[in-house]
Amino acid sequence: MARMKFLCDADRCIECNACVTACKNEHEVPWGINRRRVVTINDGLPGERSVSMACMHCTDAPCASVCPVDCFYTTDDAVVLHNKDTCIGCGYCSYACPFGAPQYPQTANFGTRGKMDKCTYCSGGPEQDMSQAEYVKYGANRLAEGKLPLCAEMCSTKALLAGDGDIIAEIYRERVVTRGYGSGAWGWRDAYGETVTV
Amino acid sequence: MSYLSKIAAILSLAFAVAVIAPQARAQVNPTAESVSEDALFQALGTEGVVSGRVSIPDQSAGNLIKPVNKDWALLHGNTVVTLSVLAVIGMLALLTAFYVIRGRIRVDSGLSGRTILRFNSIERFAHWTLASTFIILAISGMNLIIGKSVILPVLGEGAFGTLSAWGKIAHNYLAWPFMVSLALIFVLWVIENIPNKLDMEWIKLGGGLFKKGVHPPAKKFNAGQKVIFWSVIVGGAALSYTGFMLLFPSIAGSFTDWQFYQLIHALVAAGLSAIIIAHIYIGSVGMEGAFDAMGSGEVDENWAKEHHSLWVEEVKGGKSASGKGAATPAE
Repeated sequence: MARMKFLCDADRCIECNACVTACKNEHEVPWGINRRRVVTINDGLPGERSVSMACMHCTDAPCASVCPVDCFYTTDDAVVLHNKDTCIGCGYCSYACPFGAPQYPQTANFGTRGKMDKCTYCSGGPEQDMSQAEYVKYGANRLAEGKLPLCAEMCSTKALLAGDGDIIAEIYRERVVTRGYGSGAWGWRDAYGETVTV
Repeated sequence: MSYLSKIAAILSLAFAVAVIAPQARAQVNPTAESVSEDALFQALGTEGVVSGRVSIPDQSAGNLIKPVNKDWALLHGNTVVTLSVLAVIGMLALLTAFYVIRGRIRVDSGLSGRTILRFNSIERFAHWTLASTFIILAISGMNLIIGKSVILPVLGEGAFGTLSAWGKIAHNYLAWPFMVSLALIFVLWVIENIPNKLDMEWIKLGGGLFKKGVHPPAKKFNAGQKVIFWSVIVGGAALSYTGFMLLFPSIAGSFTDWQFYQLIHALVAAGLSAIIIAHIYIGSVGMEGAFDAMGSGEVDENWAKEHHSLWVEEVKGGKSASGKGAATPAE
């Protein structure tokens, strides 16, 4: 089984937001929720970089460790998923996440956040694979169809890479060696405890 | 050029560096070929949050990476859980040991059969509203800490999720009667709970808790009860404030504030729960005659004389003082 990861090559990302749009459309993500977003650092300055960020599907995910109802689980592909039927919308996972991945459909006052929503690495939830029930709650299950997450597949500059961690790290490493610079695998140290060394 | 102007020039240069340096640091290495993640974190320091601009309405999404959130996750997932369990289990163990060694504290002089009104109906109403809401709040709160290791394996994920969702609703709404009755309790009892010299005496004698037949004098509330009172008031106020902030996160601020309030809320709750377990023990199985004070409100006269001697004198004194002068028997 693969160890699925995301890697955003910030030196290639042009902030076109196609990944964001692809994600919203593929999963019919409700208004106000962005499972993926593009953050631009040093905006308008020399050295500006854009990074596409979503749930990084951490090793020893902090969200799972603080969840009071233990609704998180890790799939065989090392994707961190959660069960919306169990989720009570307490908000702890959003406190714990270093990447701002967990989000809620409603305004947060009086504990009425609703069920947490986040990136599923295009692999649905605990329901039957590719069922209607799964689609309504979590969106499409592309992994079950043998496909990779749509955000990375759609990326026009191939900045966003998805797939087995070792393979995408190798692709990134080759790029850095070839072009002579690289701003690093954003978020890897916090998500996986190791970064890509060139 | 004189020395003076040289010094002035150096000073102004130093000033310029001091003012500009933090700005430059925030904008990080503008001339570099690539701004690397490592360089950014190095520039931001240990509390660093990498953030930038986003084009979506939720501006908080501009925080790209917040490594400090993992520190909270560790604190909550390990430290708070351990401390909460220790506080409650520790107190239960202490009380069990106390019960085994000391047994039930009896009324030494036996029950007289005569009673005195100790708490009127308003006091009892306030107490039981506070008590019942606290117990539900404590249990539903504790469920969020240890429920997943204790109740989840028994009930299964579906039922436990439903139960916890109800627990959350109960927690959010019963907090309000809790706060109201906390204020009422404070108003009703604060005067009698101001510490005084008698309390030192009571503490020196261990409240008579550890030795049969020892009964230090006390007014309406002894030093032990004052400790309970002030723990409930201070702890309850802290829980109310932090709880309010957690209910209205937009008022509280941002993630760091929520994390802070959540930690304080959980730790104070664990401490207060332990104290209240001891309070429940001594008010029920731990001491003969004690429950009546909050049950019917009427306590046995001998119980009152042993535990609140000065209060009995005050109450009885008020009545018999007028009786003494007027109706002294002739013989």
